[in-house]
Amino acid sequence: MAARLAPLLAAAALVALPPLMPKYALEVLISILFFGYLGACWNILGGYGGQFSFGHAAFFGLGAYTSTLLFLHWGVSPWIGMLAGGLLAAGFGLFAGYLSFRYGLRGPYFSLVTLAFAEMLRVVAVNWKAVGSSLGLVVPNRGSAPALFLFAEKLPYYYVILTMAVGALVITRAMERSRMGYALAAIRENEDAAEAAGVDALSTKLSAMALSSFLTALGGTFYAQYFSYIDPSLTFGPAISIGGLLPAIVGGAGTVTGPLLGSFVLTPISELTRAALRGRAGADIMLYGLVLILVISFLPNGLVGWIRARRAPAGGRR
Amino acid sequence: MTWLFLQAVVSGLLLGGVYGLVASGLSLIFGVLRILNFAHGAAMMLGMYPSYWLFVLLGVDPYLSILVTGPLFFGIGVLIQRIVIEPNRDAAEHNQLLLTLGVALFFENLALVLWQGDFRTVRVWYSGASFLVADVLVEVPRLVAAGGAVLIALGLWGFLRTTDVGKAIRALSEEPEGARLVGVNVARIRGVAFGIGSACVAVAGALVTPFFYVAPDVGESFNIMAFVVVVLGGMGNFLGALMGGFIVGLAESLGAAFLPGSLKQLVVFGLFVVVLLLRPEGLFGTRRGR
Amino acid sequence: MSAPGLEIRGLIKRFGGLVAVSRFDLTVAPGEIVGLIGPNGAGKTTVFHVVAGFYPPTEGAIAFEGTSLVGLKPHAICRLGLARTFQLVQPFAGLTTLENVMVGAFNRAPDVGAARRRAAEIVEFVGLGPRRDVPARHLTLPDRKRLEVARGLATEPRLLLLDEVMSGLNPTEIEAIIGLIRRIHARGVSLLVIEHVMRAILALSHRLVVLHHGEKIAEGPPATVARDPLVIEAYLGESGEAAAR
Repeated sequence: MAARLAPLLAAAALVALPPLMPKYALEVLISILFFGYLGACWNILGGYGGQFSFGHAAFFGLGAYTSTLLFLHWGVSPWIGMLAGGLLAAGFGLFAGYLSFRYGLRGPYFSLVTLAFAEMLRVVAVNWKAVGSSLGLVVPNRGSAPALFLFAEKLPYYYVILTMAVGALVITRAMERSRMGYALAAIRENEDAAEAAGVDALSTKLSAMALSSFLTALGGTFYAQYFSYIDPSLTFGPAISIGGLLPAIVGGAGTVTGPLLGSFVLTPISELTRAALRGRAGADIMLYGLVLILVISFLPNGLVGWIRARRAPAGGRR
Repeated sequence: MTWLFLQAVVSGLLLGGVYGLVASGLSLIFGVLRILNFAHGAAMMLGMYPSYWLFVLLGVDPYLSILVTGPLFFGIGVLIQRIVIEPNRDAAEHNQLLLTLGVALFFENLALVLWQGDFRTVRVWYSGASFLVADVLVEVPRLVAAGGAVLIALGLWGFLRTTDVGKAIRALSEEPEGARLVGVNVARIRGVAFGIGSACVAVAGALVTPFFYVAPDVGESFNIMAFVVVVLGGMGNFLGALMGGFIVGLAESLGAAFLPGSLKQLVVFGLFVVVLLLRPEGLFGTRRGR
Repeated sequence: MSAPGLEIRGLIKRFGGLVAVSRFDLTVAPGEIVGLIGPNGAGKTTVFHVVAGFYPPTEGAIAFEGTSLVGLKPHAICRLGLARTFQLVQPFAGLTTLENVMVGAFNRAPDVGAARRRAAEIVEFVGLGPRRDVPARHLTLPDRKRLEVARGLATEPRLLLLDEVMSGLNPTEIEAIIGLIRRIHARGVSLLVIEHVMRAILALSHRLVVLHHGEKIAEGPPATVARDPLVIEAYLGESGEAAAR
């Protein structure tokens, strides 16, 4: 009974409590949901598809820059720019994915090539004056303008990211139970056998890539609007690429709630470390490294996997 | 124009020598342990610090310091392999990759925590020394680094060919089952291979301190370069890695000469992507499957 | 006018300098069970790999029900009604028996519900009912073999390629598989079967084709082929154990 109640209580808390929370706590919660969201997006291709992208920042950056540039130059509302960025990112994802999958890149080779693509976009952004080069772009926030995805306070941003995170989870769950979910699982387990059973591996992986990259780009727009500033190394850099995949791995790749759970564990660790060791940049990431090593070594199926194994030793897909 | 080209070629070859050493280590590790070591760049970056501190505190020349750096990082490499990697040797491939990523994150940021992100430099009397060869400038520290790197790489190659341990390493990388059957101590050799690979890259770091800045973020760019080189030269192919180093050095240098800003990296990455797609076994490797 | 079914004409498969299959002709008409036999290394599995789209043929024509299979990806060939099993079983280890079979069922099923129903029926049909919700990694070898067959069957093929489905099984299990193959045939599925278990393949096949060093050395009714001196010599020459089975 308690097990069923807990998620509902948590959900209720997430909706009702924030207006009462102190500013700093709200910021941390936004951060948690943000990385949980990124993790969920990465999870679609990485956890479910088994294709570990180390360069998801490519899509994130494309989203952030697209919506910001559309806003700065043509006054297009970032809500619309978000979608444009998503489509552009999906297009790039399909391009990069087609090249990679068509040429049979799997495992670490795929990870490397995605890393290369993200880095290439970063270098292009750094050297392109029109997009601000390394100085980046500032999103002017002169107060509340909801139609332009600008808010004077943090609270509305919180509800936006909450909706996005929940949305990502809902989409993941729907995908998991669909034809595509089964196909991805089969491909992940054994691509050749999947093909022999009628699964179009290339097309399925590309679908996962398109969905994953589209959603990741939306996160980029959120970032731009929330922080009001983007630059190549923030948006195309390893911080985002790794920041997205860590929660998914730690929480449990290939599960619906894994990325969010992982973020609920990792992000506070990062925040606490940073607060405790002021002025010692890097301590939080150092801990991340350690956590990653420990999780891979002792909980290879992540936290969710560990929880499930304790509850039902039989196993199975869910 | 030709002068610019020649200058770029020389610079490229000099840098390429170092890349080659870095990649040889990575290639060795891949050949024996079959993992892409994401912590490689971190090892190079960390390898610079003993040289820095020995120089600043005791006035030891960086080139001498490799006598310390080499064995030290060999030991650290063996330890890391034993503690972190070996217990997980049967884990899924992507998990092993993430493991080395975790090691990388840990050590890169350990440096950041201990020594902050400040750029440091090692300025020795020959840091600025250079000479002209037919209008082309050759900087002495770069020449020494390249020369040293190539010598070490060749020495390593000789080691692999002639010594028992070296042969065991080669056996394990070419025929794991066969090696096991003839009694090669697999666990020990895996540790040794990782140790040697780490020592190589750390020494490469030491070698570049006279002309490269010392800072925690150096590791990342060298990491990517190392992968590019290894993919180009051929995973697990030792001399191929050396050749790959020269090719990448040249590509980067020519890119820098003829492209504005940091676009030179696009040349290298572009080359990387093309090779990965068309010939993932590398330019010199044998087909192993992707 | 060509008969429907599987038609292989003049198939040659080279790997570098090695010729694995040479000038190979084979037909499987609807309703037939054709046995493909030969000593180890004869090229039988290579034929399967080429037909199923995993390797491109070096030369030759392969058609199924009039449609050329050359250049098609494995999943497209499966869509056309040709399914295969692997010599070394390849289950989706993390999925349950039912989920494994559902993957195959999606080949024709329009939605998840239909796939699940179809898969459930197949799971019962092959006798894996009690193991429905067991993760495939926990299945025994005989059960994995059944799973492999079930997954192929779920794709609703008109021709099923079975690759040494009886290897590693004891006599009782072999009997059971023979029965399963007969029941599959009774459902209207043609079969092309690679086997080393001689008595089984002799009992099941309408026709035998013998491959040796990549070439067909005999073809005909089982009784005739079994007595063919060329065939006997091929088996005795390569490995005494195979002929003795």
